[in-house]
Amino acid sequence: MALTYSSVTKKIIMALAGLFLISFLIVHLSINLLLLFDSSRESFNVAARFMATNPVIQVMQIVLFGGFILHILVGIILQIQNWMARPTRYKIEGYSQSSFFSKFMIHTGAVILAFLVIHLFNFFFKAKFGEMPEVMIDGTLMEDMGLLVIEKFKEFPYVLMYLVWLLFLGFHLDHAFHSALQSLGLNHSKYTPLAFGLSRALAILIAGGFILIPVVIYVTQ
Amino acid sequence: MNLTLKIWRQKNATSKGRFVTYQVNDISTSSSFLEMMDVLNESLVIKGEDPVAFDHDCREGICGACSMYINGHPHGPDKAVTTCQLHMRKFKDGDTIVIEPWRARPFPVLKDLIVDRTAFDKIIQAGGYISVNTGGIPDANAIPIPKVNADLSMDAAACIGCGACVAACKNASAMLFASAKVSQFALLPQGRIEASERVQAMVAEMDKQGFGNCTNTGACEAECPKEISISNIARMNREFLSAKVCAPKVKEQSGGGI
Repeated sequence: MALTYSSVTKKIIMALAGLFLISFLIVHLSINLLLLFDSSRESFNVAARFMATNPVIQVMQIVLFGGFILHILVGIILQIQNWMARPTRYKIEGYSQSSFFSKFMIHTGAVILAFLVIHLFNFFFKAKFGEMPEVMIDGTLMEDMGLLVIEKFKEFPYVLMYLVWLLFLGFHLDHAFHSALQSLGLNHSKYTPLAFGLSRALAILIAGGFILIPVVIYVTQ
Repeated sequence: MNLTLKIWRQKNATSKGRFVTYQVNDISTSSSFLEMMDVLNESLVIKGEDPVAFDHDCREGICGACSMYINGHPHGPDKAVTTCQLHMRKFKDGDTIVIEPWRARPFPVLKDLIVDRTAFDKIIQAGGYISVNTGGIPDANAIPIPKVNADLSMDAAACIGCGACVAACKNASAMLFASAKVSQFALLPQGRIEASERVQAMVAEMDKQGFGNCTNTGACEAECPKEISISNIARMNREFLSAKVCAPKVKEQSGGGI
């Protein structure tokens, strides 16, 4: 189906799915940062419970998985077509002035996906299907998601793994927001330079914010 | 100046090509790149060898015929010029220059550095025009057009269809070319009438020809001899999206030839 969509349609699908994934990252990061500001882990656990039980969030979770799959599949299809469009490569190439990370979206994307699978097994599937430590908050027994995170990030290899993974996420995000706007045709001589700045800021803030969590936990614990 | 040239030689469309190294001596720094190629070809003819085939026509930077991918840049290292307007003073004595044809599936090599750019003509044929009967010259101010739009349209119309955007793009995408052709009409009232059919038909043809997709890297814009802006690509996307949502359905074709 996606194969018969035009190049522009596919780019629009990539952009919409991508923007949705950015909004997810912002929500995910805001909740994670609660861990750093509340050492009792209470607010984080309450937020995690809300995310795991709220019916609207449960529906959005399915939409989120759909968004991931769409972004990945359409991305792969686009890349294969792009490779096919140049069967003979140049002897000397890639000297044209262009944004650096934009040339490696499939590569950074592949790294992100590989680590994402490990990440889901580490936390998401464990919380959903596995045995979890529990804690009493305001008279309700809750899964102690915060403890799981802190235990994980006491191990140096995990901290290192997340550091590398999140750096690649930052590289990917550097060519995300403004590129999505361009694909959607949202270009303006006044605001496009701002979109470039915002894109880089998002990349640094999201990747940096996520990196802060394992690093701070490892250093302080 | 004396130079070493590594040039892609290919007998015809079906034969396998290879790089051949040539020496050219006493090249004037004031000569153009094509004149340097002429010097090489004259020496090859004298030796009884087959001269290097390359496209050229006006030699004043407006026809878009000359191509050549020089040291990793379409039209060479200089900004906003075609190969015929590239001067040898941009190189240093003793330099090695690698010259390749445009590389893209829709641009098959015909001989040496000449590629078949019919794919671009097909895109134009799909909708890059306004269907009006010719007749008397209309009054100049009968249709008021904002200056900004007239300028943007003129900037887009500066595209000479040389194919440098496709050659520079890591995906061999023709989005800059197609978007310039879509934009030059979409910005003017005469072009608005067929705008939605035009953008859909031209995008469909572009995909059918097997060009790649756009990654918004901006290499095309950096290499374009006429400095066509990628804001045209955004305009084409915008036109396409609104046409898809509002206009009757037109059958789509996939990019990359699959």
